[in-house]
Amino acid sequence: MTDMSNSGDPATPTIKSPVARFIHATELDTRLLGMLGALALIWIGFHVYGAVVNGFGAFLTPRNLWNLSVQTSSIGIMACGMVLVIVTRHIDLSVGSVLGFCAIIMGVTQVWLLPQLVGLEHWSIWIIAVIVGLITGTLVGAFHGYLIAYHSIPAFIVTLGGLLAWRGAGFLVARGETISPVDSTFRLLGGTADGAIGATGSWIVGLVGVVAVVASVILGRRQRITHGFGLRPVWADWFIALVGSATMIGAVLLVNSYYWPRGIVRRYAAENNITIPQEGLFISYGFAIPVLILLAVGIIMTLVMSRTRFGRYVYAIGGNPEAAALAGINTKWMTVKIFALMGFLAGLSAAVASARLGSATNALGTLDELYVIAAAVIGGTSLAGGVGTIYGAILGAVVMQSLQTGMVLIGFDAAIQQIVVGSVLVLAVYLDNLYRRTSK
Amino acid sequence: MSTSKTIDRSGTPLVDMRDICISFGGVHAVDHVSVDLYPGEVVGLLGHNGAGKSTLIKILSGAYAMDSGEIYVDGENATINNPRDARSYNIETIYQTLALADNLDAASNLFLGRELVSPLGFVNDDAMEAETRKIMARLNPNFKKFKDPVSALSGGQRQSVAIARAVYFNARILIMDEPTAALGPHETQMVSELITQLKAEGIGIFLISHDIHDVMELCDRASVMKNGKLVGTVDVDDVSDDDLLGMIILGKQPGEA
Repeated sequence: MTDMSNSGDPATPTIKSPVARFIHATELDTRLLGMLGALALIWIGFHVYGAVVNGFGAFLTPRNLWNLSVQTSSIGIMACGMVLVIVTRHIDLSVGSVLGFCAIIMGVTQVWLLPQLVGLEHWSIWIIAVIVGLITGTLVGAFHGYLIAYHSIPAFIVTLGGLLAWRGAGFLVARGETISPVDSTFRLLGGTADGAIGATGSWIVGLVGVVAVVASVILGRRQRITHGFGLRPVWADWFIALVGSATMIGAVLLVNSYYWPRGIVRRYAAENNITIPQEGLFISYGFAIPVLILLAVGIIMTLVMSRTRFGRYVYAIGGNPEAAALAGINTKWMTVKIFALMGFLAGLSAAVASARLGSATNALGTLDELYVIAAAVIGGTSLAGGVGTIYGAILGAVVMQSLQTGMVLIGFDAAIQQIVVGSVLVLAVYLDNLYRRTSK
Repeated sequence: MSTSKTIDRSGTPLVDMRDICISFGGVHAVDHVSVDLYPGEVVGLLGHNGAGKSTLIKILSGAYAMDSGEIYVDGENATINNPRDARSYNIETIYQTLALADNLDAASNLFLGRELVSPLGFVNDDAMEAETRKIMARLNPNFKKFKDPVSALSGGQRQSVAIARAVYFNARILIMDEPTAALGPHETQMVSELITQLKAEGIGIFLISHDIHDVMELCDRASVMKNGKLVGTVDVDDVSDDDLLGMIILGKQPGEA
């Protein structure tokens, strides 16, 4: 009988230090803890630097963190797809250009075509535009995957070609013009004052999150009992449930303490015939819609990767493509599906990015491929294949965006920003190699 | 062992591969080869590296598509275009390379391509681990590393995962490609016992081996290949080690000068 998860395992070394015992009992991923630690260091570092050098720590403010969350969304959504691509030992250099192309297609659909058919600002415009954009991205990705899988052209070449070709295609379709203004409902996807769900909505999201965390801990425990597997100590389960819930509530408190600027409040009050009280009217932003999109993508993709056959096959192909094929997995068709999914997510990112900008320009998404790949790799996705997680990639995107935002806030110029971001990418992979070697 | 009981070959063979040909870029890797296998029988496939034995067997397991020839399973013409087809005929293979995804744990490898899913269609890792624990208790009671990726396992443990995968799904036809090549004496003994046990259950086994002693001990018949062609199939009780060596090295029939 096993009474604790790995206690019967002769290979597990005897654990002595309280930290090691804690990590063992909670079964937390030490890599994840390391990344959270690095992120905390970056955040606090920028804040303290700002406070000391500029006299004002601007980083750890609701305003900055809210903006950070919105800016992370577009890269984060694509990083989720890039994990699958890199895990299966491929690469996609075209995502930035595909994003630009999808944005142009959506712009043309909603600004040039649809208003003539259904009228300006019709309710259906944003829905049709988004669907058209998603289909475009999916088809482009599937086409890349088809060339890679069925014609044995390396992904590096196919998507390098795509990097140039789709940027050019976007330019041709838009005739080089900036397409604006986009539909006003569509704009909400970008996360503006209106494109956030407010205080009440955020509380609902947060409480749903708390219920989900607690439920997953309880269900997980029950599953283990059913199958007679070892259990985590009760205190460890409690700890996870508590920390998970506290994070949710903390996030809600944070986004709810960022209020609309006075100008927008005044306009809103005027439009709705509200008199602004003496002490001022405070309207919370709450979670931005693009952040919720990223969260939804992250949750769905995590489920896909850990709980579906498709996800299992992605890892199997990455671990040993030949073994996967011998196990009856159609690896070529899988490749098409993976790249199609990447394209779909690039299309979704295009909606977020162009909505945020309020227009579709040909330059949208330039250099995004590098940030997306960097996010996935910093998040622990191994270029050798077989290893990578969705939450890691999202955290990687947050790290990348934090560095960028932080350097802007403390007034580093663009040249130094590039040097730092580039160096961090290389350093992150180096540290990851060290970690893997020592943990073996 | 095999000598104690004669195989009844009066009925329909379990597998009958007839006149199989496959070539790669003009090289006839397998050239008009016919082999068959009866229930409860172990047929050894012998030959040098490159003789075509692994290629022949990969046609049966669905990894390669043959150029011409016919495969009959239980007397019925079988269409095997991919590994999935082979599995549908209860043909299971233990590859020399083991064909494991190193980054996945034992249960994920065991069920790769045939995952147990919940009613909602999600993979049921707990159920798969429970099943893996059951079969491992039978095959290799010392096996404890159910949570680790198989890259963390020893050669013998990895081998037992590969064997468990073939045995779990009720193979009727088992292909073993050099199953003991990477194993120590104790584990080799374990595999031998397993083969004897499976044989007693009526499973037919193709055993690819370099080791003539293995073949003499475990097999009922031996088919020898050389340069893609079948030299001959002999009853191991009728031949000596030297006869088999002569077939492998010189490609001559036993008794030939």
